[in-house]
Order: sequence, then C-alpha cells, then structure tokens
Amino acid sequence: MFSTAEFKQGLAAGMPIGIGYVPVAFTFGFMAVSGGLPVWAAVLISFTNLTSAGQFAGTNLIVAGAGSVEVALTTFVINLRYILMSLALSQKIDAAASLKERLIWSFGITDETFVVASVGNKTLTSSYMFGLIALPILGWNAGTLLGGCISQVLPEALQNAMGIGLYAMFVALIVPAARDSARVLLIILIAVAVNCLLMYIPAFSFISSGFRVILATIAASAVGAFLYPEESGEGGETS
Amino acid sequence: MSMTRVLICIALMCLVTYIPRVIPVTLFRKQIRSRYIRSFLNYTPYAVLGALTFPDIFTSSGHLASAIGGTAVAVLLGFWRRSLVEVACAAILTVFVIELFI
Repeated sequence: MFSTAEFKQGLAAGMPIGIGYVPVAFTFGFMAVSGGLPVWAAVLISFTNLTSAGQFAGTNLIVAGAGSVEVALTTFVINLRYILMSLALSQKIDAAASLKERLIWSFGITDETFVVASVGNKTLTSSYMFGLIALPILGWNAGTLLGGCISQVLPEALQNAMGIGLYAMFVALIVPAARDSARVLLIILIAVAVNCLLMYIPAFSFISSGFRVILATIAASAVGAFLYPEESGEGGETS
Repeated sequence: MSMTRVLICIALMCLVTYIPRVIPVTLFRKQIRSRYIRSFLNYTPYAVLGALTFPDIFTSSGHLASAIGGTAVAVLLGFWRRSLVEVACAAILTVFVIELFI
C-alpha cells in the first residue's frame, strides 16, 4: 500500500544524496565523453548502472577497448559489495513489501542510500524506499548529461590532460580509506603489486588488462580476508 | 569505437550491477555468516580500484613526468579528503600545466 507520508520522508532523506551526486556524475560524464563516448552513451551508463566505482571502472575499460567479458567481470567484482548491503537491508524491510516493489527499488541501492536507509531502527517500507532513491537517480543522470555536454565544447589541449581524470577519482576513493585503515592500505598495495607482476613479467603477457585486474583483486581480497577476517564496520564505503 | 560493443558492454554492466542488489532482498533474505566472505566482499572495491589505477595512471597522459605530477597531486588531495571532483580537476590541471613546459 502506497503511503505519501513515507514517500515524502524518503524524498527528504534522499535529497542531500541527490545533490551530492550531481558534481560526481558531472565529472563522470565529462570523463566518459572526453574519453571518446557519445553523450547519450554516458547518460545511458549512468541511467542503467547508478553506481560510482563500478561504472567508472567499466567505462574506463570500454574506452580502453576491452572486451565485453572483461568489462562485465570487472564491474561485477566491484559490485559484489552490494550483496552485503542488500542483505543487510533485507533484514530491515517491511515484510509487506511485494516482490515487484523490491525488484524496482533494489535498483537504487548505492553506498549512500544504503547508509541512509540502514541507520536508525526504522522499518523500511517500499514507499520510503521509492522516495529515497528518486532524487539520487535524478541527480546522477542530470549531472552526467551536463558533464558530457560541457566536455564536447572544451579546447583540445585541455581534453588531452583529461586522461588522468578518472584515475584521479579512483585515487580520491582509495587514499582516504587507506589513510583510515592500514589493512585497506595493505590490500591495495597487494592488488597493485600483483597487477604489476602480471603486467611486467613476460610469461604473463597473454593475460589481458581486465583479467589482470580481476586476478589482482581476488588475490588481494582473499589475502585480506585471510589475515583480517574480522573487519566489519569499515571497508564498505567507496563512493 | 564500435557502438554495438559499447551497447553490449553497457547492457552487461547494468545486469552485473543490478544482480547483487536485487538477489539478496528478493531471494535469500538471510545474513552471510562467514566473516571470511564478509571481509572478502568488503575489501574488493579497494583492491579493484588499486589495480585499475596503478600502474596505468602513469601512462594516462602524454608524458611520464606530467602523469607523476598529476598522480602526486591526486594522492595528496585524497589524503586531505578532498572531494572526487576537486581531486580530478586538480590532477587534470597539474598535467595540463606540466605539459605546457615539456
């Protein structure tokens, strides 16, 4: 049953997230289009993915000319954390929420909407969830469109310097987390080390760039989980 | 760039982003108990982003020198917890300025 009051409550909770998404999505649209994608493709990615790290990485590989299997696997690995968030949310969802409703609003689970939805002891109704995801979806797509359009009218010299942009955003995602947690830092260093080994040792040259990243990720995360299995509170935030 | 490949990639990305979100709230509705699996899932975003960034970031601009400069600025600003947008813009600007002198 739809509750307007719950929906409005969700909208209010989602508004700061939606506003916060605009500049990040703007940068994404900007990078994707200066990397060679048409504006509509950048917006389509934002519209169908609604995620930061996963779609940045996937777009990076698309622009680099990687195969679709690599793109899908890399994106999937980054998105594995949503399983945890979705599982955590499933404990707090109103039992009356229908399957159809769950199928729709689960699309809007992001790091930020998850955090907002999961704080407090509120039982989450579908009306609330629809309100919560509405403005983040709007902000994410509007920001991408704007960034993509502006990217097209920039001088070429500046566009050449854009190549570092997406990587710089990756750096901005991992450095603060590494600063907070020596474990996260170690895992990042292992991933980079494995990636470099696979890249520079000639015997491994048959491994493509996407699979290299996947192997490095699995190795580093497995070592991390083996060494530090009790990490529970930190480590889930990426965007 | 083949638009067919781009569209296939986007469709696959959509699918593999949606699946981890939708399956637990619709089907399982149970907690993962294994702390090993939980930790593994928690660590994957950092590992994947690290491997995506290094060493490729050093070949992302015309010259190694400008890329190192941009990377240093990005790491420093990231350490100071500046936003994604600020870090990206500062790195781009650094590369742009260094390229002017090369």
